[in-house]
Amino acid sequence: MSSHPSAARAQGTSAGPVGARRIKELQRASRRENLGRAWYKFSRNPLSVVGLAVVAAVILAALLAPWVTPFPRHAGAFTDFAHAKVAPNARYVFGTDQIGRDVLTRIIFGLRSSLLMAGLVLALVVPPGVFLGLLAGYFRGTWVDTLIMRVTDIFLAVPPLILALAVASVLQPSLWHGMMAVSLMWWPWYTRLVYGLSSQLRNEYFVAAAEVNGASLWHILFREILPNTVSSILTKMSLDVAWVIIIGSMLSFVGLGVQPPEPSLGSMVADGARYLPDQWWIAVFPALAIVVVVMGFNLLGDGIRDLFASEQG
Amino acid sequence: MNDEILTVVDLKKHFVVRASRGARAARRDRGDGANGTHVTVKAVDGVSFGVREGETLGLVGESGSGKSTVAYTTVGMYRPTSGAIFFRGRPLFEAGRRRPLDLRKAIQIVFQDPGSSLNPRHTVGDILTMPLRVHQRGKNRVEQVLRLLDLVDLPAEYMYKYPNTLSGGEKQIVGIARALASDPALVILDEPTSALDVSVQAKTITLLLRLQKELGLSYLFITHDLSLMRNTASRVAIMYLGRICEVADTVDFFAHPLHPYTQMLLSSIPVISEAEASLKPGKVVSAGEIPSPVDVPSGCSFRTRCPFAMEVCARMDPVMADAGSAPGHQVRCHLFPQPGRRTEGGAS
Amino acid sequence: MAGEPLLHVTDLRVEFAVFGGALKVLDGIHLDVGRGEKVGLVGETGCGKTTTMKAILRVLPSSARISSGEILFQGRPVLGMNARELSRLRGRGISMIFQDPTAALNPVFTVGEQLQAVIRHASAAAGTPLSARAAREAAVSSLREVALADPERLLGSYPVQLSGGMRQRVCIGMALATGPALLVADEPGTSLDVTIQDQILRLLQALVSERGASVILITHTLGVVRQMTDRVYVMYAGSIVETARTPELFARPAHPYTQGLLQTVPRLTGGGIATGIPGRIPDYLDPPDGCRFHPRCPHAMDVCRQRKPPAFRIGDGHLAACFLYQAGHGS
Repeated sequence: MSSHPSAARAQGTSAGPVGARRIKELQRASRRENLGRAWYKFSRNPLSVVGLAVVAAVILAALLAPWVTPFPRHAGAFTDFAHAKVAPNARYVFGTDQIGRDVLTRIIFGLRSSLLMAGLVLALVVPPGVFLGLLAGYFRGTWVDTLIMRVTDIFLAVPPLILALAVASVLQPSLWHGMMAVSLMWWPWYTRLVYGLSSQLRNEYFVAAAEVNGASLWHILFREILPNTVSSILTKMSLDVAWVIIIGSMLSFVGLGVQPPEPSLGSMVADGARYLPDQWWIAVFPALAIVVVVMGFNLLGDGIRDLFASEQG
Repeated sequence: MNDEILTVVDLKKHFVVRASRGARAARRDRGDGANGTHVTVKAVDGVSFGVREGETLGLVGESGSGKSTVAYTTVGMYRPTSGAIFFRGRPLFEAGRRRPLDLRKAIQIVFQDPGSSLNPRHTVGDILTMPLRVHQRGKNRVEQVLRLLDLVDLPAEYMYKYPNTLSGGEKQIVGIARALASDPALVILDEPTSALDVSVQAKTITLLLRLQKELGLSYLFITHDLSLMRNTASRVAIMYLGRICEVADTVDFFAHPLHPYTQMLLSSIPVISEAEASLKPGKVVSAGEIPSPVDVPSGCSFRTRCPFAMEVCARMDPVMADAGSAPGHQVRCHLFPQPGRRTEGGAS
Repeated sequence: MAGEPLLHVTDLRVEFAVFGGALKVLDGIHLDVGRGEKVGLVGETGCGKTTTMKAILRVLPSSARISSGEILFQGRPVLGMNARELSRLRGRGISMIFQDPTAALNPVFTVGEQLQAVIRHASAAAGTPLSARAAREAAVSSLREVALADPERLLGSYPVQLSGGMRQRVCIGMALATGPALLVADEPGTSLDVTIQDQILRLLQALVSERGASVILITHTLGVVRQMTDRVYVMYAGSIVETARTPELFARPAHPYTQGLLQTVPRLTGGGIATGIPGRIPDYLDPPDGCRFHPRCPHAMDVCRQRKPPAFRIGDGHLAACFLYQAGHGS
């Protein structure tokens, strides 16, 4: 696979036209090989692939909701009492709810807002959480560590739902406020995770090599240590999406999240619960949707973890 | 002293660690509060030597000898507890200051374990670019990386490979290339080939010797392998429990090993030919455990395993003194005349 | 070697399933160990020596497949053994000492607990279960045998409280406590300091001679092989390339790989460092045709690129898998 050194010398080592083209080829080839190897490892476990498929389908459906749902208008203020509480049939695949809205459409739009919430929460939470964890871990044993980790502990001590209720009682209940409440108590978990990894990684010799050369703190934290934590972070993020969806559903179940008429899986279950068991589809399908999405992300998270597991160590 | 690239003067490096079993020494000096729970690991306890320009000094020892600590302190990973190190006359450690970039550029290190000295998430190109970027050597990084790969006889396509696709020997060569990226004058080699197979070791050592000649490098070669030193070092120093026992030019060293520990080391080496077997001193067979640097025996630290231990060895730590016939051969042992003191035993 | 060999391995082939296909690691291993014989298995990293031993002990990972071959231990085929028979084989028949004593000892159990567990398991598998007290006494005598001071107190110690040399002695004690007929020592002492390694090797030699056990010593350190073994197998890229009685191998190495290897060992007598063997070990995914060593061999001929060389007889007990020794070529 590797050419003999003298052949490499003969080709010339200057990045002139020939050299540069060859380098781009090599780069592309090695990227392709790395991807192939990654897919091979990932796909060893068929469940991971199932998870990936579910997640991909859900994300696609959520993104393209206005175009793939049969009745996009049902996701807004809409009533059709003539077709209320219709059982699942060819037209309304999951039936309709108590005011005539197509359950399937509302589920997909509900997923949309769940994923949006999850995405925004993670976007808010991961960068500062990871950054603080890297910093605290690298400076483990110093005042930086103590300061950051004790603040983290304080946030971890507050029960999340209580905090959400407190926030909602002060501000108006809305998706945005619900997200803020959730974000406020989510970042410490990332700090904890990355703290453990960072404090171990800083003892590795490749970090010492960078330090010996006088590399900047920025380089050491973000270019040496961070890449080795990405696998754990990604795994956690994947599992967290599931958690955020559940918590978002809990919040909307108690009325603190998305407000009507916007669809939200939690409130759909809450509202539909009183129509059990006769019009079971109004509550059961949204609940199943939650289960499927959560499972999908969990399986994907497992797959990501397995993908990186054998590479390290 | 004039032609020395590196001068180490009475270097001491002590670590204060928690007394719990299995605790590792702190990477940075951190003395914690209450003293009752902590012990001092005297990793390096008074080491003085010099590396001349262009030579290879072999620093040989087993675990607890402090040889790696000397290496890490020299390259700046630790600050000395006391003592000083000079690079071409310039002190390496100034109070309150981090080591300036030009000194970092000039003194580099190749680590022992190829497995952990390369960031598994970086390509070879990334790894070699790091020192280039820090020392800001021009803008054409790709070309410089290719030149480095060529210097160490690695094919150009290795630039995009990840360490887990490289063999142990190749990883180590990348480590060497990384050390050379800043165009150093002194390279510290911390057991660079200990983790490698013997044929790969030969290739790597040959490469190192060629580079030394081509680039005019000086090497501080840390190892436990005396046979290797016989063939690569110009001078050899033996360390035991934080101190140097014996220093000499290589040929003289192997012809007349004087210190009992040196003789024990030599007689423990498994050799592959009768000629070598006859060279091994037979009178000091390895016995006893190596004491921990937390609990160094009083007086001469080797006396607990030394077949020639005398009463004075427990009382007084010997000092380094000239011995043997060849110039530059020094031993730290009561068996040999100590300066300014009556010797209690005869020279062997 | 008198009578039937204790261990007889024929044409062992092992493959590993990986991304891109199968790694054909072992390419037909032939190995014999007689009773009371000390045999060295020499090879560099990646040559397959540990895989060979794992195949014999049937502890290969699930991605591995033994595609062909026969392993006979004390005349009984190992590849067909069920779990119960394997349980008896491991420990009483064949015992293994691992390379890194720190990794081989469980840090959360005391030395005594681990030793006694091994002893009791082995005796139960043999059908003669021991009481806790008898096992404890056996553990103490085992520690005494490996020259560890104060064995009773040591039983209550945790591995982390012992030095590397002491841990290796404990591992040796564990391996010998079950009275195996064959001891496999994987790079013993490599992770230890050279003065401690010397002590360990001398201890091993003494214990093995005392018991008349057979030994397979796996190593890449040629000096250790020369010191400790009666016969040597040299492995390269999944095949045995040469075998001879130890003094003969060092005096008259025949295979170019063996010759190259011996050249690269730094000598105490000086003489500089050889340049090493050019090239690298083959890609097991797509190994070279014919002799796997031919891309690196200074004497490669056309036939080497086409056919895999069988073992040619060079002398008494001296075989080399190299076409240089085919009748009519001379040495």
